[in-house]
Amino acid sequence: MATATIQPVERENYLNKHYGVGSWLFTTDHKRIALLYLISITFFFFIGGLFALLIRLELLTPAGDLVQADTYNKLFTMHGQVMVFFFLIPSIPAVLGNFLVPMMIGAKDLAFPRINLLSWYLYIIAGLMMVHCMLTGGVDTGWTFYTPFSTAFSNTKVIEAGLAIFVSGFSSILTGLNFVVTIHRMRAPGMTWSRLPLFIWAHYATSIIQILGTPVIAITLVLVVAERALHLGIFDPKLGGDPLLFQHLFWFYSHPAVYIMILPSMGVVTEIIACFSRKRIFGYSFVAFSSIAIAVFGFLVWAHHMFVAGISVYAALIFSILSYAVAVPSAVKVFNWTATLYKGSIHYDAPMLYAFGFVGLFTMGGLTGLFLAALGIDVHVTDTYFVIAHFHYIMVGGALMGYLGGMHFWWPKISGRLYPEGWARLAALIVFLGFNLTFFPQFILGYLGMPRRYFDYSHMPEFQVLNVLSTAGATVLGVGYLLPMIYFLWSMRYGKPAPDNPWNAAGLEWMTSSPPTTFNFETEPVVTWEAYNYDELDGGHKQEVKVAG
Amino acid sequence: MPDSTVVGLHHEEEHHPELLHHFAEPEQQRDAASFGMWIFLGTEVMFFGGLFLAYLIYRRLYFGDFGAASSSIKAGLGAANTAVLICSSLTVVLAIWGAQTARRSLMIGSLILTMLFGLTFLGIKGIEYKEKFDEHHVPGASFSFDHVPIPGHPDQYANPRHAEIFFALYFIMTGLHALHMIVGLGIFTWLLIMAWKGRFTPEYHTPLEIGGLYWHFVDIIWIYLFPLLYLIDRHR
Amino acid sequence: MSDHSKSSPLKTYFSVWIALLVGTFVTYEAAFIDLGRFNAVVALTIATIKALIVALFFMHLRHAHERLLKLVVIATIFFLFILIALSMADYATRT
Ligand code: HEM
Ligand SMILES: [Cu+2]
Repeated sequence: MATATIQPVERENYLNKHYGVGSWLFTTDHKRIALLYLISITFFFFIGGLFALLIRLELLTPAGDLVQADTYNKLFTMHGQVMVFFFLIPSIPAVLGNFLVPMMIGAKDLAFPRINLLSWYLYIIAGLMMVHCMLTGGVDTGWTFYTPFSTAFSNTKVIEAGLAIFVSGFSSILTGLNFVVTIHRMRAPGMTWSRLPLFIWAHYATSIIQILGTPVIAITLVLVVAERALHLGIFDPKLGGDPLLFQHLFWFYSHPAVYIMILPSMGVVTEIIACFSRKRIFGYSFVAFSSIAIAVFGFLVWAHHMFVAGISVYAALIFSILSYAVAVPSAVKVFNWTATLYKGSIHYDAPMLYAFGFVGLFTMGGLTGLFLAALGIDVHVTDTYFVIAHFHYIMVGGALMGYLGGMHFWWPKISGRLYPEGWARLAALIVFLGFNLTFFPQFILGYLGMPRRYFDYSHMPEFQVLNVLSTAGATVLGVGYLLPMIYFLWSMRYGKPAPDNPWNAAGLEWMTSSPPTTFNFETEPVVTWEAYNYDELDGGHKQEVKVAG
Repeated sequence: MPDSTVVGLHHEEEHHPELLHHFAEPEQQRDAASFGMWIFLGTEVMFFGGLFLAYLIYRRLYFGDFGAASSSIKAGLGAANTAVLICSSLTVVLAIWGAQTARRSLMIGSLILTMLFGLTFLGIKGIEYKEKFDEHHVPGASFSFDHVPIPGHPDQYANPRHAEIFFALYFIMTGLHALHMIVGLGIFTWLLIMAWKGRFTPEYHTPLEIGGLYWHFVDIIWIYLFPLLYLIDRHR
Repeated sequence: MSDHSKSSPLKTYFSVWIALLVGTFVTYEAAFIDLGRFNAVVALTIATIKALIVALFFMHLRHAHERLLKLVVIATIFFLFILIALSMADYATRT
């Protein structure tokens, strides 16, 4: 196969078919909607990042000197809310999933293209509400909205933030609904369930959580808003209510929601690992069903966030044991990825570097999750930086790494251009190092007893060294994130035109042109092969495909 | 939805004006739509599910107060509204059957009846809310529920705070349900216009079926709300 | 797809309608009879039967040629059950 067949004339594709703002704002093309999402979530990623930067700067010194206590509360609250609800939850599903789900199954579009657009508009409305909330004072309840603080005491914009997240929930539900119907109803002839790329299985499982979990946080937020506005007593112990009911409802969604963030990333990593070790994924059906198992078990463990909140000891025991169960399917995936690498012919291109980063960091995050799921340890480290490090290892080290890996892997398909490989590998390395420098010290800090959500630790000046390391790491990490932004933008203009299948990867999305035409395929594809048929692909074309860098 | 499938089967060869470009055939499009609606109803179940959980927990904790508060609502109004909704569900299936069998006036008449039943429901609901308002049973500053005995314990008064939680849940649950009715009325107005314009044929009436699913679902929610909110401990 | 070319579904529709009205009446009347703790059981059982026949006959779940739709319903009820059961497991065992 020739390297980088460069087309002299630009073919018609989804990007150049129509021009003008209207052709974007009223598009129903899933690929264009994916790009709309890409731009919007990147915007929120920067806002969330700005908050993170300020948090880290404050913690550089033990004294609370950069911002006031109230401001600091708002910073970590809005950092969490923006990053979780406006960046991570939509990130992979709404960008890569939107772009790839129809293509990977050989469909022309999602089942409900107009609902897809509606879901982007809902996201934008929610985003504007959130921005308005932040500009007019912000919130300080923590991203978790715990009652009765949020309903009876906080004097910040709880209602606005709650409603913003309520609306963004509908966007998330509609995306999930669209994916499930599409995956069931729109597969090309021959694309059986056992031939689906595991990316699709991961998104299917994610969608189940979005569909069944999100409505519960929606009603919870309705109750919080109603209670705050009308002074009801549902969550207020003074009025006979029970704040723990809020926590049950909140975590019934928010624990599964962590899997909304990680499952799609697992799907991405599965595709990348298969491609860059040139092998069929080891134990396809195990990986597929572990996604479903994670989605189901993920709903059974929520009260491990409430061990010290006053739930009954018996319930705590049950939830602790169930939390261990959810780690099993996650571990199955890690084992299968490793087994796939075994004796593969491994290529260290940038997407693969991110995938490696993902596997290592996700494993660390998952294992520390097990520490936290153990009742005795949790009592010691709950509400400390240990928890912060745990979930950042998964959400940033895992989910975000997967997102970046996927962006690199499919960038040639999305933009029709190649990104500069050398820079990309450098960025991957910087992200990995910066990440560990930022968050590993937090494990130690937490273990030593530094509480989360404190802006002043002057009574414990010995914590400063580790905090300085963490802040330094965050700076490195920031550089690591800026780099891809810059060279992706650069490549849109100056990058080499991408061939249709630059990685010689398996999968229907690589069989159309780069970028694809509006309806993805010239003719409806008929699938006669299994997923990840890399042995056939490489048997056919012996020489390696090397992409310039 | 078998009845319509059977009717629709023989018409596949003809070009279908309602077929969207990305579907291969009308069958696929209809299946996708009804599947999507069922999933949406699943999300609605979970949405109301959070409220049912809250209700159950506080009913268990404050059973006597809930009984006293519930007994202050006129059960007859709730029962009447249940009957009204059941009738509206019947007219919905009649409308769809009318479309399937090309009985235009049955279809349109049933749609109008459905909406009338829906409005009746909201009217009765309004009367009920008015009464609660006059009795100061609306949670908030002017709420009062003093010296109301607990059913079966004439010597004990209900705790107003706990009764207030009942009324908060009562208003949120029935209020959200009424909101769904209003949305349903909007959908049915649109369906009526489409039906009037002759857009529904025995082969194509997917919107009617989808709208019908939604309406029946709202009915089902009410079927549970009625005994849970109106009939706690009535027998004492 | 179950082909049921019986005359018309009208008979079913009207019987279901009658059944639902009767169910409502029984629920209402039963609430005023002292059945001890079974008052709630009776009310909820009747409500569930009513919901079931609405779903099966009015929403055509019975004939749905899709087992998929039934799966959606069962899955939803399952997760609703999880929400309620595991939360209640906490409330019921608090000391
Ligand atoms: C391997 C399975 C996992 C287990 C057993 C686990 C366990 C736990 C436990 C017990 C806590 C509560 C700690 C405390 O507050 O004291 C916790 C917190 C947290 N976990 Fe995990 N976790 C797992 C996977 C994940 C994943 C995949 C994510 C994200 C993608 C995640 C994100 C979080 C977050 C955000 C929190 C903190 C929430 C907060 O209080 O603000 N976890 N985890
Ligand atoms: Cu959790």
